[in-house]
Amino acid sequence: MRTDPFRRGILTAAVSGLALAAIPFRASALDLATARALIDQLVGEVNRIINSGETETQMFADFEKVFAKYADVPIIARSALGVAARQASAQQMTAFTTAFQGYLSRKYGRRFREFIGGKIEVTDAHPLNDNYEVVSTATLRGEAPFDLRWWVSSKSGRDLFYNIIIEGVNMLATERTEIGAMLDQNNGNIDALIKQLQTSG
Amino acid sequence: MLWPRAYVMAWRSGRPRPGTSELRTVQLMISRLFSPAAGRRLLPVALLAATALSACAPSKGPGVINDPYEKQNRENHAVNVALDSHLIKPASQAYGRVLPGPVRAGVSNFAGNLSLPSYVMNDLLQAKVGDAAQNTLRFAFNTVFGLGGIFDPAGALGLHAKSTDFGATLATWGVREGAYLEVVVLGPTTERDLAGTVVDAVTNPVMFLLPNVPRGYPIGVKVGSALGNRYKYNDLVDSVLHDSADSYAQGRLIYLEKRHYELGQKPPAANDPYEDPYAN
Repeated sequence: MRTDPFRRGILTAAVSGLALAAIPFRASALDLATARALIDQLVGEVNRIINSGETETQMFADFEKVFAKYADVPIIARSALGVAARQASAQQMTAFTTAFQGYLSRKYGRRFREFIGGKIEVTDAHPLNDNYEVVSTATLRGEAPFDLRWWVSSKSGRDLFYNIIIEGVNMLATERTEIGAMLDQNNGNIDALIKQLQTSG
Repeated sequence: MLWPRAYVMAWRSGRPRPGTSELRTVQLMISRLFSPAAGRRLLPVALLAATALSACAPSKGPGVINDPYEKQNRENHAVNVALDSHLIKPASQAYGRVLPGPVRAGVSNFAGNLSLPSYVMNDLLQAKVGDAAQNTLRFAFNTVFGLGGIFDPAGALGLHAKSTDFGATLATWGVREGAYLEVVVLGPTTERDLAGTVVDAVTNPVMFLLPNVPRGYPIGVKVGSALGNRYKYNDLVDSVLHDSADSYAQGRLIYLEKRHYELGQKPPAANDPYEDPYAN
């Protein structure tokens, strides 16, 4: 039997259409290029801050703005709090997330300040399960370059980063350890933890 | 925590000078440890210890920290924190204030240059010919054009050190990591890395290449370099060691993650907090 090339074409189109439909919808919201562009933009802002000659206070304020703009703070905060987040009320989660944002901005802002005079550049990006990993290199004077990785996701509804990996060390994991230890210090009292976070970092 | 390299460097890049009362004995111990003759005597012992490690505590699966000696480790950690507050930090502050930046950089470069032959030896043991070539080239370049390694013209050309050690060699040979350990003065390590540190100390090629160099001299440079690092990364080390809610757990996590990264191990399956915000 002779196969009609036209019909075969339709069949192929239909099959590939089905295949496309099978790809989860959210994957189309963020692709490799968008993830990379997002971190490119973020890194550009960080580079501007660390070479601006601003005072420490100004820099911390700028870093917090960048953090709030590019990071999925609620998911990072929830992950850091771990299982305790299940017992927290909605109000406690809101207060915790706000306190955590300030704490993390100060803590990481302090570290990024050590980059003054240096430069961060995006070098690569690849899929990471159904999210993306964007690879960047930090160059500092008189030192071998650092490896900085950003995990980007659109699952919050916006393209945001939710983790930083510095030379293999995972921010979500270190903050989970730290916040867990702080909660233990406060005998599991989330309100006391929030209070402590407001002055930490 | 950020800049794990700096934090780990502050521990690993040298043996900080201990208290005055024990100073004499420790100096003696170290100089024995570093002398070529002692090296020949100790080498079989160290290698034996390293081989014995293949039988050490089995790992508990990906993502689970293997820390059966946690109680003892925490006691050692408390000693290390006290040692840092009372001795290493003040000494590093004095070191940093007395010596100007370029001199400190020179000491650090010189100590780094002296480590390169040991890297090359381990690169060869790991069959990493490219890294061996890069480290050899860097050593030759900085020794010749950097006045014996005081300056780092190779680094300016992008020719950086590919650091490695005998712990990494053991990992390449298939020796298991073993338990996490925190050792007094040496800081965070594992059973495998501690064996590696001992082997590196007794087999340092510099000691064989320069048998007539006064024994304390390369060690003095390393101590200076370690103090320089402690001074340079003061805020970072303070934040981990003195400001963390649980500095032991923080140091352990940073050490292990950084180490696995250096060894090129794939991290355990990436957690996706969107799927399970409570997963590690």
